Amino acid sequence: MGSTSINRRDVMKRAAATSLLAVPAVGALSSCASGGGEENKAEKGEKSKKNPLGVKADAGLAVVVFNGGYGDKYAQFVTDMYKKRYPDSDAGQKSTTKIATQVQPKIVRGKPTADVINNSGADQMNPGKLVSNKQVADLTELLDAPSWDDPSVKVRDILEPAVEASGNFGGSGTFQAGISLTVYGTFYSKKLLEEGLDSAYPKTWDEMLAVCKKAKAKGIHGWSYPGGHPRYMFFSIYTMFAQRGGREITTAMDHLEPGAWKNDAVKDVFEAWEELVAKKYVLTGFDGTEAHTEMQTAWTKGGKCVFVPNGSWVENEAKDTTPKDFGMSFGPSPSLDSGDKMPFGTINAPAGEFYVVPEKAQNRQGGLEWLRAMYSKEAALNNFKELSALPVVKGAIDGQKMPHGVASVQAAIKTAGENVVIAKHMDWYNELFREDFNNMIAKFMLGQIGTKQAMDIMEKAGARILKDPDVVKVKKS
Amino acid sequence: MRYDRRYRTLDKYRFIAGFLALPLAFYALFVISPFIQAIYYSFTDWSGGPVANFIGFDNFTKMWNDERFWDSLEVSVILAVVAPLITLVLGMFFAYMITSGGRHRKGQAIAGVAGSSFYKVVYFFPQVLSVAIIAVVWGRVFNTNSGLINGGLDKVGFDGPAWLGGDRSLALIAVMIVLSWSFVGFYVVLFSAAMGAIPRDIYEAALLDGAGRGRTFFSVTLPLIWDTVRTGWIYMGIQALDSFAIVLVMVPEHVLKVTPVFLYERFRDGQYGYATSIGVVLLVLSMAFSLIVMRIGNRDRIEY
Repeated sequence: MGSTSINRRDVMKRAAATSLLAVPAVGALSSCASGGGEENKAEKGEKSKKNPLGVKADAGLAVVVFNGGYGDKYAQFVTDMYKKRYPDSDAGQKSTTKIATQVQPKIVRGKPTADVINNSGADQMNPGKLVSNKQVADLTELLDAPSWDDPSVKVRDILEPAVEASGNFGGSGTFQAGISLTVYGTFYSKKLLEEGLDSAYPKTWDEMLAVCKKAKAKGIHGWSYPGGHPRYMFFSIYTMFAQRGGREITTAMDHLEPGAWKNDAVKDVFEAWEELVAKKYVLTGFDGTEAHTEMQTAWTKGGKCVFVPNGSWVENEAKDTTPKDFGMSFGPSPSLDSGDKMPFGTINAPAGEFYVVPEKAQNRQGGLEWLRAMYSKEAALNNFKELSALPVVKGAIDGQKMPHGVASVQAAIKTAGENVVIAKHMDWYNELFREDFNNMIAKFMLGQIGTKQAMDIMEKAGARILKDPDVVKVKKS
Repeated sequence: MRYDRRYRTLDKYRFIAGFLALPLAFYALFVISPFIQAIYYSFTDWSGGPVANFIGFDNFTKMWNDERFWDSLEVSVILAVVAPLITLVLGMFFAYMITSGGRHRKGQAIAGVAGSSFYKVVYFFPQVLSVAIIAVVWGRVFNTNSGLINGGLDKVGFDGPAWLGGDRSLALIAVMIVLSWSFVGFYVVLFSAAMGAIPRDIYEAALLDGAGRGRTFFSVTLPLIWDTVRTGWIYMGIQALDSFAIVLVMVPEHVLKVTPVFLYERFRDGQYGYATSIGVVLLVLSMAFSLIVMRIGNRDRIEY
């Protein structure tokens, strides 16, 4: 190509034409700001044993933390760890309640100013959209790196499997890094169950019905749930779907597959519950927006029911009304019978409080390194002490003095091992859970509809969301 | 030419237009243009980001096929029809009692019941409270396990129903009660003022002709305050069509929702285009409602 073939005027004309073209293209570009990107080269340093991710020691690091219920002190702890290892990095942390407003425009423009972001709160960025637009980094590199504490063990191997399971979006790769675990399921009072009712925690549905019958004879209900937020029931029911039908059932639900809510496994589980409801073992009537606290008070202080659907936060939330000898305990959902595909002890324990690293972050390696520090035992222990959140780092809180409920949840995680199922549709298609399941289960628990209608409603809702062009679908890999 | 009639008309309008230009410009900027923008966005797939593609009537087709929309609309329309009926009838009854329900004392043709000036103030109380507070307080009152109503029913040996967390129709009744309770005071004051403006001699004539209270009300009072009633009907209908705050705060979302709450939830899910199209439908509905009430309530104005 001869340089003479283009004169100055042509260059100017072309520049003008491109800028003209560029204006209407901004919108289109912003929705797929991937590829190319020479102008924003990530800073990289030499990889070494001590620096397996190749962080450039003097590159600045910007951490953005959601300033919500957890505050930002726990993250500052990690930022300080990072600063200690890279004193020239000038690592800084900013906290805000407006994550999307502050961070997303720059990510969309392809020039993120933050290197690692706590994507949380009411103003969080839609993670599904970030992933499908290729705007956040795949964290596989981090998971394959040696861990902060022990260079001979990979990060992946010190983490609960829930981290990877909660971080993917249908395909391969992990795009968000959860730093704590939430365990959803059934909670009960060990004292009431063992001393009051002289029973052990029911491992099968028949045993469950038997315990409830015994309780009824003593004038208390087997179950209760917050009528104002009936979707809590999902926490106890979901693992039963998985136990009955195996992982293909829950995967089908996550991907809105036709028939996902209309199969024998779902039918068996609903029928089991229908029987429990029909026998009037459920204490109802907690309505209104504070229903969960009302219900929890009736359960802890009033001793009016044995089992409630809840999450691992309940011990902390209900601590003011819980008697000292209550013995708050977590119990996995009972098996239906020997036909189950997954064993008793299967739990629903997703990782949460997510962090992301922008794909084009100026100090991408630094962002990953910061997360590696977050996954150290030291940081995990600090999180537990500061937030009383269950860490995703295995064994990080072993030997710590724990409240009864946390201890039982920890034990359940250990027992479950690989048998962890995570309801991804709760994140991906929140509407399905918050609206449709909520509406359906409210009527179901009051005995107004039965198994068949329950399945029909959910099946129809899945089909509706699948058709809705306003909802981004996560494709099955 | 200066004295030409046409020129004078032009001059007059120029004068008026000069005064109106600024307010009209403000009105266009802050009232009309948001409406037009909203109507434009209702034809796009805007999700809050920088891109909003024109998609024609897709949002409206989606709404047509969306059962949740129809469910919410059903509730809204029931409220818009029934709540004004209850509220206005109660408002009119109380106002009539306050202005002319009493015994005829001291030779007066009409007088309110004893203590009417006190009632007038009391009725207005709910109007002073914020809707959110009303919803929270009534939410407690209707609470199934610890509420005032079921507590009272308990005392007399009835098992109270689940007002808010259970049946849709019970929740609808609860919303209706709260809606009427919170607005009736306003109408009492409004109608009292209208009734107070009716000349006494008309009542005296009615009294002389031997008309009782009921006859006086239907033949004298009601026709003479008809314009106020119609305005009140439209206002209350639109309030009831909305009733956003009360339903959002008081009733659990799975039991029942009104269309504005359904709209709000679409906003929350980032479906801005769809949400605005629901807003446009609501706009059309409230305009249609006003027009219908104007039409059916139209009758000759009585001058006095």
